[in-house]
Amino acid sequence: MKFLVCISKTPDTTTKIGFVEGNTRFDTDKVQYIMNPYDEWYALVRAMELKESGGGSVTVVNVGPASNDAIIRKALAIGADDAVRINADDSDSFFVASQIAAYAKDNAFDVILAGKETIDYNGSEVPSMIAELLDMPFVSYASSLEMAGNEATIARDIEGGKEVVAVQTPFVVSAAKGMAEQRIPNMRGIMMAKKKPLQVIEPVGVTTSTKISSYALPPAKSDVRMVDPENMDELVQLLHNEAKVI
Amino acid sequence: MSVLVFAESPGGKLKKSAFEAVTYGKKVADALGTDLVALTCGPAENAGVLGKYGAAKVLNAADGLSSFDSQCFAAAIAQAAEQSGANVVVLSHNSYGKSLAGRVAVKLSASCVSGVTSVPSTDGGFMVKKNVFSGKAVAEYDLQASNKVLSVMPNTFPPEETGAEVAVETISVNLPAARITVKEVKTVEGSVPLPEAELVVSAGRGLKGPENWGMVEELAGLIGAATACSRPVADVGWRPHHEHVGQTGVAIRPNLYIAIGISGAIQHLAGVNSSKTIVVINKDPEAPFFKAADYGIVGDAFDVVPRLIESMKTFKAGQN
Ligand SMILES: Cc1cc2nc3c(=O)[nH]c(=O)nc-3n(C[C@H](O)[C@H](O)[C@H](O)COP(=O)(O)OP(=O)(O)OC[C@H]3O[C@@H](n4cnc5c(N)ncnc54)[C@H](O)[C@@H]3O)c2cc1C
Ligand SMILES: Nc1ncnc2c1ncn2[C@@H]1O[C@H](COP(=O)(O)O)[C@@H](O)[C@H]1O
Repeated sequence: MKFLVCISKTPDTTTKIGFVEGNTRFDTDKVQYIMNPYDEWYALVRAMELKESGGGSVTVVNVGPASNDAIIRKALAIGADDAVRINADDSDSFFVASQIAAYAKDNAFDVILAGKETIDYNGSEVPSMIAELLDMPFVSYASSLEMAGNEATIARDIEGGKEVVAVQTPFVVSAAKGMAEQRIPNMRGIMMAKKKPLQVIEPVGVTTSTKISSYALPPAKSDVRMVDPENMDELVQLLHNEAKVI
Repeated sequence: MSVLVFAESPGGKLKKSAFEAVTYGKKVADALGTDLVALTCGPAENAGVLGKYGAAKVLNAADGLSSFDSQCFAAAIAQAAEQSGANVVVLSHNSYGKSLAGRVAVKLSASCVSGVTSVPSTDGGFMVKKNVFSGKAVAEYDLQASNKVLSVMPNTFPPEETGAEVAVETISVNLPAARITVKEVKTVEGSVPLPEAELVVSAGRGLKGPENWGMVEELAGLIGAATACSRPVADVGWRPHHEHVGQTGVAIRPNLYIAIGISGAIQHLAGVNSSKTIVVINKDPEAPFFKAADYGIVGDAFDVVPRLIESMKTFKAGQN
């Protein structure tokens, strides 16, 4: 099985969010970046596990500038065999998906894994676009992925439950919690990662049509109102009369 | 020109999210000065009722769509958009919409924004807002292609009845062969699915062990709320994984979120900070969650929650 795992870079959740240039651009100063957790903990690790049990290879792909190489090396340290970086800024979901699809088209992957969403722009758009561009089936929000020959059985999260589906390779799947357990790269992995191939390729031409015109911080919360722990009748009244939620 | 909404009907039943999407679609259509068309795929009981929520027309594409395959559904939606001259397609940002939005956008060469929380503003472009950075900021997107795909955030536009029931028109669409076989659908019977819940009672490690969740369930049952939990609680198996909210779990925005014995770590807040009203019960007055709360109670959950249950019972009895 040839696995392709799409990895993206995102600010660490604890990052303080700020904007510059009249709130039109995200302030990248002092931002600590990480590999998107869904890509790292679930998609990548599950691909590794399936390769370990059934054979094959795991390639990681990222669309981004050279400064993303640190994240790509981390994916190699966790155990991916090789990496491809498509050298461009990830301007919008369609742009990113088009780059990955163009690369994948020539490389006959059996399974393309992505995270369910990036934790910065929370799009959940890229994986389904890749699937459409490659005319492949797509299963989103998968919490387990089992392979038997060319057939995969996938459980996916739906509102209030789970759906279990079967699909043949090739397909695209986006990973949610449950699919695998986080792996911490060890020293040997980190050393080996330095020697693994990281190919840089140039992007294909794509017109983008979605852009962020401005940012704002959410309206400040009014101060918390403390309620006497002995007086829960008061809380109920506040929820009913003031907040009007019950 | 028109606006097309995909109204989902898993198991043949229209869901609350479908009424929300149609309500939102009506607002989009009004902003553009055009009509709203609703589409159901596969079996959909009583779909004409979508007219009440603002659809001028209700379409049904029935054949080959009885179980969910994003390729087939996206084909049906894109063709229905073309047949009805729609240049804006609205979906729900849930398990269906997240599989479909990108696909439909590629088919229609459309600009795509998912998880939208505002009605488009149309002076000088087509702009919508959504939460980014796990709720820590709001971004305004400019959609520049002539076709647009929007998926609307659940629990943001409550269903509003503005019109009357209409007749359902069957349409025919060309579908690719289904390549996904749905083998099983397991939903928890009788309880409210967490992502759709308007009221949520959630608890964390402060509750000490799974045997103490009785009071959480009792409180939730009393007010018709869904139950949720913090990540460590799901990780150690005190509660099922689908109840885990936060950055790595489910993101929710209920009207009321009651957090019991949860410290309020940033990764937890990332999934719940868009809730309209937040109540925090914690014995530590310094717990970070109080900064994000609307109402705070400093106290031991084992005293406070039973008292809250009693007060809630009295209140409920008074309402009947
Ligand atoms: C990358 C990453 C992602 C993460 N994603 C998530 C996520 O999605 N969701 C999530 O929840 N967490 C997530 N976490 C974990 C998060 O950082 C916190 O560790 C977690 O939320 C803490 O859970 P808790 O509040 O239940 O437990 P604790 O932090 O242990 O807090 C327990 C609280 O209960 C209070 N308490 C104790 N006893 C009582 C009592 N008798 N009565 C009342 N109050 C009491 C204490 O004062 C304390 O505030 C993530 C962490 C990382 C690093
Ligand atoms: N720039 C990128 N390079 C590679 N993969 C990406 C990139 N952006 C997004 N992805 C993949 O698509 C998933 C969903 O991203 P999004 O649609 O942006 O929420 C991520 O979890 C990644 O697996």
